[in-house]
Amino acid sequence: MTAARRLLAGLNRQPRLVAAALLAPGTLWLLVFFFVPIAVVLAYSFMTRGVYGGVTRGFTLEHYRRFMDPLYLTVLRRTVVLATSCTVACLVAGYPVAYVIARAGRWKNLLLFLVVVPLWTSFLVRTYAMIFLLRDTGFINSVLVALGLIREPLVLLYTPGAVLAGLVYGYLPLMVLPIYVSLEKLDPTLLEAAEVLGARPAARFWRITLPLSAPGVVAGAMLVFIPALGAFLTPDLLGGAKQMMIGTLVQNQFGAARNWPFGSASSFILMAVVLVAVLGYLRLRERSPMEVVG
Amino acid sequence: MTDSGPQSSSPVVQLSRATKRFGAVTAVDAVSIDIRRGEFFSLLGPSGCGKTTTLRLVAGLEEPDDGEVRLLGEVVNRRRPYERPVAMVFQNYALFPHLNVRRNVAFGLEQRRVPAGQIRERVRRALELVRLDPETYAGRTPAQLSGGQRQRVALARALVIEPAILLLDEPLGAIDLKLRKEMQLELKALNRQLGITFVYVTHDQEEALTMSDRIAVMNQARVAQVGTPAEIYENPRTAFVADFIGECNFFAGAVVERHDGLATVAREDGLRFRIPAGGGMAPGRRVRIAVRPEWHDVWRPEEVPPTENAVPGVVRDVVYLGETVHVIVRLPECVDARIALRNEGQLIKPVPWRAGDRVSVGWLPEDCQVLEEE
Repeated sequence: MTAARRLLAGLNRQPRLVAAALLAPGTLWLLVFFFVPIAVVLAYSFMTRGVYGGVTRGFTLEHYRRFMDPLYLTVLRRTVVLATSCTVACLVAGYPVAYVIARAGRWKNLLLFLVVVPLWTSFLVRTYAMIFLLRDTGFINSVLVALGLIREPLVLLYTPGAVLAGLVYGYLPLMVLPIYVSLEKLDPTLLEAAEVLGARPAARFWRITLPLSAPGVVAGAMLVFIPALGAFLTPDLLGGAKQMMIGTLVQNQFGAARNWPFGSASSFILMAVVLVAVLGYLRLRERSPMEVVG
Repeated sequence: MTDSGPQSSSPVVQLSRATKRFGAVTAVDAVSIDIRRGEFFSLLGPSGCGKTTTLRLVAGLEEPDDGEVRLLGEVVNRRRPYERPVAMVFQNYALFPHLNVRRNVAFGLEQRRVPAGQIRERVRRALELVRLDPETYAGRTPAQLSGGQRQRVALARALVIEPAILLLDEPLGAIDLKLRKEMQLELKALNRQLGITFVYVTHDQEEALTMSDRIAVMNQARVAQVGTPAEIYENPRTAFVADFIGECNFFAGAVVERHDGLATVAREDGLRFRIPAGGGMAPGRRVRIAVRPEWHDVWRPEEVPPTENAVPGVVRDVVYLGETVHVIVRLPECVDARIALRNEGQLIKPVPWRAGDRVSVGWLPEDCQVLEEE
């Protein structure tokens, strides 16, 4: 018996050791590249800004107080509203897509592939493509002018609508996939049972399909809502300065404005919003898919 | 519930040459069945014979490509399940996993807009009917129930809507033997008690014989025979039915002569046997007969009574089964015949036959069933 085999045999008798060994790489990675930076950012958010950027030691709540300014609260509100609208739009657009794919039989894999294809290109490239679509001389305006429907190009770019369109475009697959998975698992006999018990198509959807795909809906909503909250590229490129979102704000503070402590504080406020959303998700998941009241 | 007996009323379920195809496969081929009010009717056959598709045609889960489905006298070919007077118990129960027992059972009533107060009462009665204590089980989810309990919930959920016709698709397939026997008797009792017409799909011939008023034996998308359990067992029309329901020994040959209501048939090896001569037993006609193991006798070759048919053979094995003793005899055509002798205590003990004995397999001419060509 070689030393390696002896070691493995020993490990097999020590399930806890095996678990620890399997967890070690991921834990180490998270520790070094996630928790440490977060701790650093948290510490920065209470320090003062250095003269040439960076931070100087000390403790202050100034940056959190500064964020309470209506200017920044407006940014936060706009961010939450946009991220929520984006999530709702993705749900409304994504659920039917997932529903059709789950019932598409042999076309299933091809359709799933098509949903995922946009993720193969860089997010930046896709956002620029949106600019070409939306700008004054862009595709949409050119077509509308050419058809004689409008004389002056519509203002599409640098509007909240443009940001929303860009976010929905970017995150739609993240909504479709988990909903698809939960619909795919749904036993079709349950729908037949409901039909024989008297349920018409609408009743079958609201009473059976939707409740049983709720875990997918909630997961998809989280996957879309959280990155949409922190998005900075899309609002920056499609929204311009007027449509600043909190992600853009944080990016500016660490970049051009060189105010790392304020950027850190803004980040933590964003994280607080995400945390509230996730806690909401966990409460929802506890209740669904069980609808046992009655 | 009805004052007219099952015999006198018009069919509750009527299939007329109903046909269902899936692509190139014909799952149900011109099936015609009449099911009477209050009857316990079974569709029996091997897997893939079309029995489940036939049931789904009645439920409205499939639409016939040809032919007609009538329920309570009305053609329902294009009607959806929720527009038919049926309820169904599915093979794997199909309980809604996100609803507790009460909400599962209430589902059909809610769809019918029954007032909440009535729903509560009817759910309770339905659970009591299937012998599930509402106090204990109403709040549980399907995941918290055993297989047998799920079975009962599925039954309550179907019965609570008081359907004219209850469809059951192998509902007892997934529960253990002892419970299955118990449920068989309970289902039969419910059928009697409620006056609901039961259409029951099963591949288990014993189950069908135990429970049914009548059985349709299906094979390869067609109905092979419809009849009471006794008719099907005693007078199987085809070799398939004879073989599928219980055990049978088969003998074949060509008619050589008719005399005194008996036809004499010659086997290929020249041995002759006699059968009741019905119409069309003209000389030259090829016939095949089925004989149940318990219709046979075993004789020493020299002791065969002249009234009996006899085919010689060699005992291969004697199997003691308690109530009966099976003697397995290898016939000249290299086929084993199984003969069941009733265990009448002293007579059989010790069993007079042992492997290697030369014997004659005998039967009376009237103790056989002449089979139709399939």
